[in-house]
Amino acid sequence: MIDVREAITRAHRDEWARVVASLTRRFGDLDIAEEAAAEAFATAVARWPADGVPPNPGAWLTTTANRKAIDRIRRESRRDDKQREAQMVYDDDPPAPLGAIDDERLRLIFTCCHPALALETRVALTLRMVGGLTVAEIARAFLVQETAMAQRITRAKAKIKAARIPYRLPSAEDLPARVSGVLSVLFLVFNEGYLATGPDTDPVRQDLTSEAIRLTRLLHALMPDDGEVTGLLALMLLTEARRTARVSASGELVPLGEQDRGAWDATLVAEGHRLVRERLDTGLAPGRYQVLAAINAVHTSARDLRDTDWSQIVALYDQLVRIDPSPIVGLNRAIAVAELDGPEVALAIVDALEDDLAGYHAYHATRADLLRRQGRSQESRAAYDRAIELAGNTAETAYLARRRDQLG
Amino acid sequence: MQYLVSVIDDNAGLATPDEMAAIDAFNERLQAEGQWVFAGGLGSPSAATVIDNRAGEAVVTDGPFVESKEYLAGFWIIEAPDLDVALKLAAEGSKHCNRKIEVRPFL
Repeated sequence: MIDVREAITRAHRDEWARVVASLTRRFGDLDIAEEAAAEAFATAVARWPADGVPPNPGAWLTTTANRKAIDRIRRESRRDDKQREAQMVYDDDPPAPLGAIDDERLRLIFTCCHPALALETRVALTLRMVGGLTVAEIARAFLVQETAMAQRITRAKAKIKAARIPYRLPSAEDLPARVSGVLSVLFLVFNEGYLATGPDTDPVRQDLTSEAIRLTRLLHALMPDDGEVTGLLALMLLTEARRTARVSASGELVPLGEQDRGAWDATLVAEGHRLVRERLDTGLAPGRYQVLAAINAVHTSARDLRDTDWSQIVALYDQLVRIDPSPIVGLNRAIAVAELDGPEVALAIVDALEDDLAGYHAYHATRADLLRRQGRSQESRAAYDRAIELAGNTAETAYLARRRDQLG
Repeated sequence: MQYLVSVIDDNAGLATPDEMAAIDAFNERLQAEGQWVFAGGLGSPSAATVIDNRAGEAVVTDGPFVESKEYLAGFWIIEAPDLDVALKLAAEGSKHCNRKIEVRPFL
């Protein structure tokens, strides 16, 4: 019984996107594909415990979902369009070979992450269609009502249909921009897990970080030569490796320098390092995610904060600024500069970012720390106060409050 | 599949001769590729008149049906197999007419 439940869980994890993708290709309709896939898995839950797990669960699920889709189309065509029935041919062929189906999943990913959809819609649609999360799970993840989330997904599917967003891989010319659109969806999911924004959620949402990693692994398996996909996967792995060390037993965020490095997940660190090296070996100019991954590789190579190669980190941030000259990158660069050239130099850089970042908690938290290190307690306290006001993450707020209260 | 490609203006005024020349060349290309259905520029919103005859008595009002900073300045109707192709053409159109553009499918 336990084995059957495990088999269903595994089939859901491994086969959901494949089933949705192949049905979408066949029926040209995401709605039908989604509903039929869900029905097929429900049928598996009902039947496998008695009938046993089929030898090829993926094929069983695809065939079952195909039948469910055809049933639905027949029902609907009887109701409103007799013509459509004639167009649908029942097809009980074995599923297409692996390679072709893998492409289908890529199409599904690119369709769900189409730039004509709003970012939050892309996130929801990708988690539902590719990730197989239920609408309730996605609604919980982003703290919105289930009905609102259901409506968001329904509207997205309707737009895809009405505007005819194609179920196709982007042209070579469009590929880099479209891949980067997919990566921003995956990174958003990961970040919401890594530093959850709500005051009423757990500070780290492992469900979201692991789902983001799972989907990025899938994308990496489908596009192994794309540098930025590799870079994002490495970045996520090197960040996830530190997850348990990042929050203390009392629920406080632990900054990098104070983390128990022995608690880092050595397997994830090794895998992340391997991916970063693989990209370095290509000798190709890295994109944003690859540079961020390289920065994290330097951090995770050091025995402690003092052992960290800060000049290497600042050099990588310089490279990142050239790719992405945003104030947030400038702020993170300043944090590294503080280790190399001291808090005074860093504070001057940070202060210059005030116009852009005055509403961002990390700006004030960074200032607070740099002022504290210079013994400017009163100014530091004011900066901590502002950072605490703006921070949404409970573990981060707890950490900032303790640092503030330790000021002399 | 047909798409309405609307040109959105925010008081940039009429197209300059350079913009007109670029739009003409673009139109000719759309026609040559079989993607042109119709295109036209519109008079300013102040030239618009609204008429409402729902109650059986035509009420005429001066001005556009909605006052806004941005308004429809012209449009194309194009033939494209899917949104990606339509967006590509619209991106070129936006460059040639030097204005923002909305792409909307016909039913």
